[in-house]
Amino acid sequence: MPVSSFASSLDMARFLPELILTIAGTLLMVLDPVIHKRSSSLFGHLSILALLAGIGGALYGYAHRGPAFGGLLMVDGFATFFTVLVMVVGILTVLPSYKFLQREDAETSEFHALLLFSVAGQCIMASANELIVIFIGLEISSIASYVMAGYLRDDKRANEAALKYFLLGSFATAFFLYGVALIYGATGTINLSAVRAVILGPNAPAPVFIGVAAAIMFVGLAFKVSAAPFQIWAPDVYQGAPTPVSAFLSAGPKAAAFAVFLRIFMTAFEPIAGGWVPLVWICALLSMTVGNFAALLQTNVKRMLAYSSIAHAGYVLVALTAQSEVGTAAAMFYLAGYAFMNVGAFAVVSHLSGRGEKYQDIESFKGLAQKQPLTAAMLTIFLLSLIGVPLTGGFFGKFYIFKAALESHLVWLTVLGLLNSAVAAYYYLRILVMMYMHEPGEAVRDIEPLTPSLGLALILPAIGTLFLGIFPGWVLDFAGKSSNLLK
Amino acid sequence: MPDSYTELYFPVLVQALLAMALAGGLLTVSYLLGKKVRNRVKDMPYESGITPTGDARSRFSVKFYLVGMLFILFDIEAIFLYPWVVVYRELKMFAFVEMLVFVILILSGFFYIWKKGALDWASNENTSRRH
Repeated sequence: MPVSSFASSLDMARFLPELILTIAGTLLMVLDPVIHKRSSSLFGHLSILALLAGIGGALYGYAHRGPAFGGLLMVDGFATFFTVLVMVVGILTVLPSYKFLQREDAETSEFHALLLFSVAGQCIMASANELIVIFIGLEISSIASYVMAGYLRDDKRANEAALKYFLLGSFATAFFLYGVALIYGATGTINLSAVRAVILGPNAPAPVFIGVAAAIMFVGLAFKVSAAPFQIWAPDVYQGAPTPVSAFLSAGPKAAAFAVFLRIFMTAFEPIAGGWVPLVWICALLSMTVGNFAALLQTNVKRMLAYSSIAHAGYVLVALTAQSEVGTAAAMFYLAGYAFMNVGAFAVVSHLSGRGEKYQDIESFKGLAQKQPLTAAMLTIFLLSLIGVPLTGGFFGKFYIFKAALESHLVWLTVLGLLNSAVAAYYYLRILVMMYMHEPGEAVRDIEPLTPSLGLALILPAIGTLFLGIFPGWVLDFAGKSSNLLK
Repeated sequence: MPDSYTELYFPVLVQALLAMALAGGLLTVSYLLGKKVRNRVKDMPYESGITPTGDARSRFSVKFYLVGMLFILFDIEAIFLYPWVVVYRELKMFAFVEMLVFVILILSGFFYIWKKGALDWASNENTSRRH
């Protein structure tokens, strides 16, 4: 690899989103002490601008797609899909945070700077084609999100959430790194395509090395996507973290971690699929079952959404188990739909919970439809999509995943997954019943009117969810075209 | 060329054994030959130093941790300059530009903590938390 040469302008074009986000994040951080305004919407506007510019950069990079920096990055349709997705999640996190940060009297610029750094890390993860670059992206994304989870420094639960997230997250990253070290020891390379070539080549290392490395990396990534049995941290973290941050954590880092998951296991480790498919099978089933059944018992909405996000990770793992291009495309589509509906649902919770987030109970939703019909309608769309009702993104997401699973002859996993979705309907419908069939409770009486930014934070994901449900073809075509990863 | 791990690491093993033998031997010799006086002054942690006062686990200002962390951060960043100096002649302009980017990033971090008041040791009203 030529180290002593400048990066070409083509490299830079392909690296544009990360570049824009890093510069913008640093700028926000440095602007804060200069401007000296504790709560100002200026920083929010700036970070939305940066994210929009980042999306523009990603599309420009896609127009000039190909490997960058001597194969360290691989900008293809798959990478661009996830890069744009995490930046959209970033925008949808900034929108509800205007009101949230003002309400909690928290500093704004650092929040947005951390968010931009985290998204930049996720962009790197989405386009990385080398294990160490993946690790760096993972760290950039994780470290910023650990801080964000504990952003409200005076809140005990937020501190607990941040500490748990940090400790368990660090273990997970360490696991991943051990796997990378083993791969390097066994194959002498960390480039995904080269690893694949070595595994398939005449001098393939003993299968046990590759198998153990794949298993260890699987553990690390399963932690990051909160798949059972590595999900223990998720409910506590999602419940304790500030609600916009929970929304972000459940969508952004998860999508990026799945991007890494798919890229590593569908390229480098594809030759040993016989070894890892049973593992993912078990993990998928466990995640769906544990997530859905635990969610049934929750009375705290944030905790319930956390368990539901574990269950949804299980559905995406079903797509990975299918181990086909159709499965990869289905996972991509599902993650897009999931990002919209989940971030939207969290935005409603953030709106309703009030100062200090005191209304997090399911009972708080009582009578929301009478007081704020628009909010209730939007939440209805998100919940129906989470259940998987037709005309929403969630339906087509599940449909394509189970179709891919059936095509790969995973009949039992499909049957069990569908049964699981039926169970899930119960706890989502419970919120709908609360909203539409009860008189307004204390939380709803206290609710503040929607601000423009919050309104956008609800309407944009709702539009996204419905768009994916009514016109799934457009996104699915793109996903299908780009699921053919470079091997 | 030694062809097995045992051969390759044999000198290390010898050195480790020697080190242990030397340490153990000296301790044994001083135990056997030395005079043994036991009294209060002799049993203190520092026989001829300052008289110990109180517990070592006392509370001290959290600012020490902050400064300690910042020191480690900037120290590690400064460490990167050493290898850079070594290869500077070979890499020429490339190394210069890379280090420029790196130093700008460090400096913006430095600017941030400075302006945030993390370095103001004496200020009573914490400027770092503008509540």
